[in-house]
Amino acid sequence: MRFRPGASGLALLAVCSLTLAACSAGSLGSSDDAGGSGAVEITYLTTNQDQDVKEAEQLAKDFHAKNSNITVKVETRPGGTEGDNIIKTRLSTGDMVDVFNYNTGSLFNAIAPQKNLLSVNDEPWVANLDDNFKKTVTADGQVYGAPVGGFMGGAVLYSIPVYEKLGLKVPTTWAEFMANNAKIKAGGGGVAPVIQTYGETWTSQLFVLGDFHNVSAAEPDFADKYTKNQAKYATSPAALKGFEHTQAVHDAGYENKDFASAKLPDGLKMLATGKGAHYPILSGVVANMIATYPDAAKTVGLFALPGDDASKNGLTLWTPGGLYIPKTTEGDKLDAAKKFLAFVASPDGCASQTKAGAPTGPYAVKGCTLGNDVPRAIKDMQPYLDKPGASSLALEFLSPVKGPSLEQITVEVGSGIRKAKDGAARYDEDVKKQAQQLGLAGW
Amino acid sequence: MTVTSARPQDRVDSTPAAPAGGGKVYTPYSFWFYLPTAVLYSVLFLVPTFASFYYSLTRWSLFESKFIGFDNFVTFFQEPALVKGFTNTLIYAVVTSGSKVVLGLLLAVLLTSRIVGRGYLRSVVFFPVLVSTVGVGLLFQVLMNPERGIINGALGVLGIQGPGWLTDPKWALMSIAAVDVWKGVGLATLIYIAGIVSIPREYMEAARVDGAGSWESFRRIVLPLCKPATVTVIILSLIGGLRSFELIWAMTRGGPGFTSDVISSVIYKQYQAGFYGLSTAGNVILFVVVTAIILPLSWFLNRKEVDM
Repeated sequence: MRFRPGASGLALLAVCSLTLAACSAGSLGSSDDAGGSGAVEITYLTTNQDQDVKEAEQLAKDFHAKNSNITVKVETRPGGTEGDNIIKTRLSTGDMVDVFNYNTGSLFNAIAPQKNLLSVNDEPWVANLDDNFKKTVTADGQVYGAPVGGFMGGAVLYSIPVYEKLGLKVPTTWAEFMANNAKIKAGGGGVAPVIQTYGETWTSQLFVLGDFHNVSAAEPDFADKYTKNQAKYATSPAALKGFEHTQAVHDAGYENKDFASAKLPDGLKMLATGKGAHYPILSGVVANMIATYPDAAKTVGLFALPGDDASKNGLTLWTPGGLYIPKTTEGDKLDAAKKFLAFVASPDGCASQTKAGAPTGPYAVKGCTLGNDVPRAIKDMQPYLDKPGASSLALEFLSPVKGPSLEQITVEVGSGIRKAKDGAARYDEDVKKQAQQLGLAGW
Repeated sequence: MTVTSARPQDRVDSTPAAPAGGGKVYTPYSFWFYLPTAVLYSVLFLVPTFASFYYSLTRWSLFESKFIGFDNFVTFFQEPALVKGFTNTLIYAVVTSGSKVVLGLLLAVLLTSRIVGRGYLRSVVFFPVLVSTVGVGLLFQVLMNPERGIINGALGVLGIQGPGWLTDPKWALMSIAAVDVWKGVGLATLIYIAGIVSIPREYMEAARVDGAGSWESFRRIVLPLCKPATVTVIILSLIGGLRSFELIWAMTRGGPGFTSDVISSVIYKQYQAGFYGLSTAGNVILFVVVTAIILPLSWFLNRKEVDM
């Protein structure tokens, strides 16, 4: 077969335009500032949540003020499972931006860090990281991420005015919690004892996920056994409690009337305006709530999800998100990206984040402080962190096994569609797929 | 002379309907003419199809794959959501397809009659077909909100307490099906209008002379002569129903819980969770199911048409 000159010319043209496009995209940053020696622009990918975007932009601004030759461009992506897909796809196609923000723990393990991410183990700032956090961004003994944002508590946010009006005490056991709910319901005024917002399904999981401190207090080796397929939600009495609590709240009629369709902002509104008393949620939403309802900084408090034993009650913690550099970042951009990580993981970086909005909890960098005007709900987390043994990491940071359907299952259990025991068994089936996909031993 | 007279006969023998046994088949195009499309076809369709058959037998991530035999299919059929999704898919397809046939035919009869503003009314019925499915889904999600939605608000004025259209497990699937019918009935109507308009006027006139009323002429003339249109509507809307996804995802994401999940949304969720092998297996199953339903149905409906 002979190539006709026309055809090969066309092919040549196609190839040329491809390389041309690649070149111009790569060199845009430097050609813009021909005068400034070595001006670099790096792109930082974060989620499109209001607070995250504000935080990212503040970080970019403050970083640029210190390193005038480096500009950080903020790009956003959706959160949740949709975001997981974007991260995985971009990594596997080599199309990732220079620095990106992603979860730590089990989701971090799922993006094959050894293959896709640059190890930052030798950076000096790694020594200043909180050990709990470091564990969640480590794979095969190498640290891969810098913390962005603070720790988050999975806890119950409560309305202080409602508590004061009815003379209630912060509960430390589930029985006390339910007794409070009964009094709130009897107190009338249309106040919903427990706010649930199944219109946004992830918010339904807190009774289960936020209960993990109580699970590990009762069964200290649960996480290990769970990873090895030796412990199950349905058969461990302590772990099953979370599902039972979800059901109990529905069975007793303590949920707000529109629980099935309400969304997170509705829930926050109810809490901030005293129309709802308790909202089991992540403390990460506090900043958003205060941005809309400034009074909530004083009128909303926080307590850990109550378990059976008051003496062992404690807070379940989510570690901050991680900042990662993909292996595809090279040259000047790589140096700039490393500097950016070092900035974020420094007291200056923390201060910059605090400037962008109320923190979600204490920072994971030594030497960082929260500042004086932190909201009441965040302040309420500190005693749990200060007291030894009164806080532990959520299961998703201790075990790579996390099923994708928990939020649908807890919606079913909390809506009375499915019983707690059945829901737990179904979740056990769900995590099996995840464990198999990860190729864990014993599944 | 012999040569020239032999050629036309050759041509007759080798019509596409009756290809010659071992002899050379005559085609108007050379082999090279087919090559580009053949290459495109195999790269874009054949290779992915067979690759997906293979990958459904593996546990793969974007980085590697591991052969595990039929495990994915076993897991998929053990997935409790699948059984629910399966029945939901069938219910959804039958309900939407049936409603579109009935409503489409009735609307077509109305819109082929002599009414004021016929052209305008025809385009109004067809409008929802043109609107983005996701947009329609999100809009109805707001309209159907049990507390603040306009639908329950209107019902409340009449003194009726409307259900949680999308939040009550008993209603969710049917509410989505209703929206699907609203959105898709325009296309069915259009096909029926074409069918009805093509019926020769003489039949109707002859029937009227014979003393047939409107019901009789509808039942004896319009209905049977619209059979090709009916077949098209059924097949199109059934396939559409079996693979429906966007509307369901936009309105409930399969919820509450798993109560409005269909096969496509189950498959999508497995992809989202990163269970790529499992979802590939799900797609193979969907392919088999759609083929198993549509092939015999289309054969059955088309045979009836020939008989008549």
